[in-house]
Amino acid sequence: MTDIAPTGTPAKPDETARAPRRKMRLHIAVFLAPAVLIYTLFSIYPLIESLRLSLQSSVPGGEADYVGLANYAKLFFDPLWADQFLNALKNNVVMFCTIMVVQNPIGLVLAALLSLPKVRFTGTYRTLLFMPTLLSVVIIGFVWQLILSPLWGVTDGFLRAIGLAHAYKPWLGLEGSALFTLSMISVWQYVGVPMMLIYAALLSIPDELIDAARIDGLRGWAIFWKVKLPLILPTLGLVGILTYIGNFTVSFDLIYAVQGALAGPNFSTDVMGTFLFRTFFGQQTQLGDPHMGATVASVLFFIILAGVSVYLLAVQRRLQRYEM
Amino acid sequence: MKSTLFSGAALAAVLVAFAGSAHADTTLKIESWRSDDQAVWDEKIIPAFEKSHPGIKVVFAPTAPTEYNAALNARLDGGTAGDLIVCRPFDGSLALFKKGQLTDITGLKGMENFGDVAKVAWTTDDGKQTFCVPMAAVIHGFMYNKEAFKEVGVEVPKTEAEFYAVLDKIKANGKYVPLDIGTADQWEAATMGYYNIAPVYYGGEKGRDELINGTAKMTDPKFVKGFEELAKWIPYLGNGYQAQSYSDSQNLFTLGRAAIYPTGSWEITGFKANSDFEVGAFPPPVAKAGDKCVISDHTDIGIGMNAASKNKDAAKAFLEWVASPEFASIYTNSLPGFFSLSSAPFKVEDPLAQEFISWRKTCESSIRVSAQILSRGEPNMDNQMWVESANVLNGTETPAEAAKKIQDGLASWYPLQK
Amino acid sequence: MSAPETSTPSAARVQPSIARARTGRIATSTAIHTVLFGYTIIALFPVVLVLLNSFKTKRAIFGDPLGLPFGKTFSAIGYLDVLHKGDFATYFTNSFVVTVVALFLIVLLGAAAAHALAEYRFPGNGFLGVYLIIGIMVPIRLGTVAILQMMVQLHLVNTLTALILVYTAQGLPVAVFILTEFMRTLSRDIKDSARIDGLSEYRIFFEVVLPLIRPVLATVAVFSMIPIWNDLWFPLILAPGEGTRTVTLGVQQFIGQYTVNWNAVLAALTLAIVPVLVLYAFFSRQLIRGITSGAVKG
Repeated sequence: MTDIAPTGTPAKPDETARAPRRKMRLHIAVFLAPAVLIYTLFSIYPLIESLRLSLQSSVPGGEADYVGLANYAKLFFDPLWADQFLNALKNNVVMFCTIMVVQNPIGLVLAALLSLPKVRFTGTYRTLLFMPTLLSVVIIGFVWQLILSPLWGVTDGFLRAIGLAHAYKPWLGLEGSALFTLSMISVWQYVGVPMMLIYAALLSIPDELIDAARIDGLRGWAIFWKVKLPLILPTLGLVGILTYIGNFTVSFDLIYAVQGALAGPNFSTDVMGTFLFRTFFGQQTQLGDPHMGATVASVLFFIILAGVSVYLLAVQRRLQRYEM
Repeated sequence: MKSTLFSGAALAAVLVAFAGSAHADTTLKIESWRSDDQAVWDEKIIPAFEKSHPGIKVVFAPTAPTEYNAALNARLDGGTAGDLIVCRPFDGSLALFKKGQLTDITGLKGMENFGDVAKVAWTTDDGKQTFCVPMAAVIHGFMYNKEAFKEVGVEVPKTEAEFYAVLDKIKANGKYVPLDIGTADQWEAATMGYYNIAPVYYGGEKGRDELINGTAKMTDPKFVKGFEELAKWIPYLGNGYQAQSYSDSQNLFTLGRAAIYPTGSWEITGFKANSDFEVGAFPPPVAKAGDKCVISDHTDIGIGMNAASKNKDAAKAFLEWVASPEFASIYTNSLPGFFSLSSAPFKVEDPLAQEFISWRKTCESSIRVSAQILSRGEPNMDNQMWVESANVLNGTETPAEAAKKIQDGLASWYPLQK
Repeated sequence: MSAPETSTPSAARVQPSIARARTGRIATSTAIHTVLFGYTIIALFPVVLVLLNSFKTKRAIFGDPLGLPFGKTFSAIGYLDVLHKGDFATYFTNSFVVTVVALFLIVLLGAAAAHALAEYRFPGNGFLGVYLIIGIMVPIRLGTVAILQMMVQLHLVNTLTALILVYTAQGLPVAVFILTEFMRTLSRDIKDSARIDGLSEYRIFFEVVLPLIRPVLATVAVFSMIPIWNDLWFPLILAPGEGTRTVTLGVQQFIGQYTVNWNAVLAALTLAIVPVLVLYAFFSRQLIRGITSGAVKG
């Protein structure tokens, strides 16, 4: 795994000169050790303990057997498993695309507006816009079900008031629209994250660069497109990869809270997270299967790792990083 | 670095505050998914036990139902689970017993108070070992708003034809949602839908046995019939029922906006507290007058002993008490709708609960069709029941398709159905 | 927060177009506020709905979700339940302590590790960079049994320390990932001139690097805070005891198998927003202060 990691090796010519070979360079170890230690002990070790279960199969009542990659073969080729896996993966891809197209542009626009000089109340706006991100999924599930419910008259009442009564559908309950509706709730919940990241990046652009652009005759949107946007491209890349990772991990909580572990209707909102959870921990009368669960988790791991590698190798390397 | 100081102080406070404490008495901890019952345990059941068993303290420590199985397994594996484990019926607890995490209690004093049917959910397949004391069963049926029935001018239906006639009248009246069930959470479609009404058609326990020993198939007309009935419910459901959650259904009924609610006896307490009209109940209608009715009388809750418990004697004393007629009476009457499985006589006080339990005399009792053995493989039949029943109610699948999917699922792993 | 008036040199130079620029600016400003305000309504409407309904009777919540809590529909029963059932003061303290201590560790240790990765060339840098972010690729929840067994051996079950350790381990990957990215954009000149001034590597980290990335530290803290504050699983497994219960775990007592006490759930979770909002406001101020103390900027 070592070779696919270009992190921290931006081959700049002055690099070696800058960090002289000092005695042992103890400080590097001091900086890294606490994080690496806690992280290894309480995250990596337990995860390895679990993931290695994917190479075993459970024998009822007995010790587990080493079965090599048989569980993986089952996941990919046994239609019972493969169908569920592909369905979950497909839903994740759809959700990722929806969120990328909707959430991140909204986040960018909000951040761009907030970072403009002379806009008043930005602090208030920022806090209010971030509120949904702070809520517990229990509340989010409750309130959106309440809002979208056909029974309590919030959405259909609103649509009737503006003369669109016929446009109302029980979106969360229909196979065709449930996933999209959940994606939108997710956008609503998390738009604050890209907004904050991009906002922080925009604010750290030196005023001198903007002033220089003004002197060159650039105005308004041109400054944004030609000066600011290129400068924050690394942040946009970061937002993209975080969206990708979050889509596979964080999305679980919302779907589990709103649609349950069976991700209804008819598995139309089943994503890798719910599939993994159901398999690993079980659900109602279905017993958990840690071995297949670990197999699903390992595959999920490689899917995310692939995305991160693409990011690290292709995107991050090509994006020129401006020192500010 | 003010924050460093603060965090350091907080960390120190944490370390000091949680050094743990010791008890002179033996304290038993109960693991359960019934957080609904916290007050009943704290105020009625535990005091009654502690009164007759000085020196033993009991703590009821429930986990939210959706997290219970996963959390309990983790605690058992990690060695931090409570002394007493409230048991899910059938395979969930059987697996724990096979792993050596539940104690064999076959010879426990008081077990003679339970018949074989009561114990079946917590007994090994060969019938030799029992690992949980049966606590309660729940009975399925339909609840209805008595005022709504009076207003519309309908009587309690006994047959299928009467049932739909009543629904038609309520629908024509227009004030009430005739049939209050949604498919958003999926489990109601199976539990209050198929499991509730289908046993009448497939002949209760007899049909269930046939499916287990392979002489009948889910695609047989008598099993498909349950789905066909569900499909007939569609015109009577509320607007947007596809997004109607279980909570929504409860609220719709208690707010007096629905007439008939397919449900189970577990709902009694909540409905008493929240509705301001009189609630009645009737068993699933039969195909034609004179047919024997069959009810789903599902053995749902038991309690066993953690094999790793350090307080085995006290835990055993508690289980013996749970097996006694005293517990049967306290439990059934503190939680109307959860009926003790004890064969010792006990009196049911709540009138609505009386109505439900009276069906045991007139109808045949049956447990959920997927509960025993048939949900042991992958795909899990109970899960499939949820999804397929919801699909049928949603109109996205025909009854025949739904039955075929479940049959195919069974055939893929269950030797006697291959 | 608004920038000083003199920050538009162009306006001063292009005299004739001042009037036109002013009307243009008012129009632009209106447009900006329309967009921001519009989206704020979308963001807040559900939150307000939760707040309103937390003060209503159960019948009124579902009978008229949009109605204001007045007269017959008003009820503080949820808040009373929260006051009386369970020791929510302790739960809040527990959640707060766990969140703050874990955040402190995540930000400090994460920044130190990110600094090492971004600043120095050493063998294994690339490997560690990837190693430290592996944790976001598999839900840590899967390692529950191993974590629990370890905590049992360390005698940390039913302590807040157990939660703090797990949350720190869980939060580090994202923190390292984001911080490394931002640290790479820091100007080398500043650090090098500090080295020439004879500052030790530790002092460079604490006195030069940390202040420079303060806004990002605050951002990372905000992101890391939410999953910790709202987590239900690890409190359930590692610290379910009465004395160590967190708010999210405390709320679970109102969510039954068949009956959900929505009044109490809404009340408790509405109250639960307050501490995170306070923390958010605190970090938010760091963000601004870091940015406006712009003198250190390259």
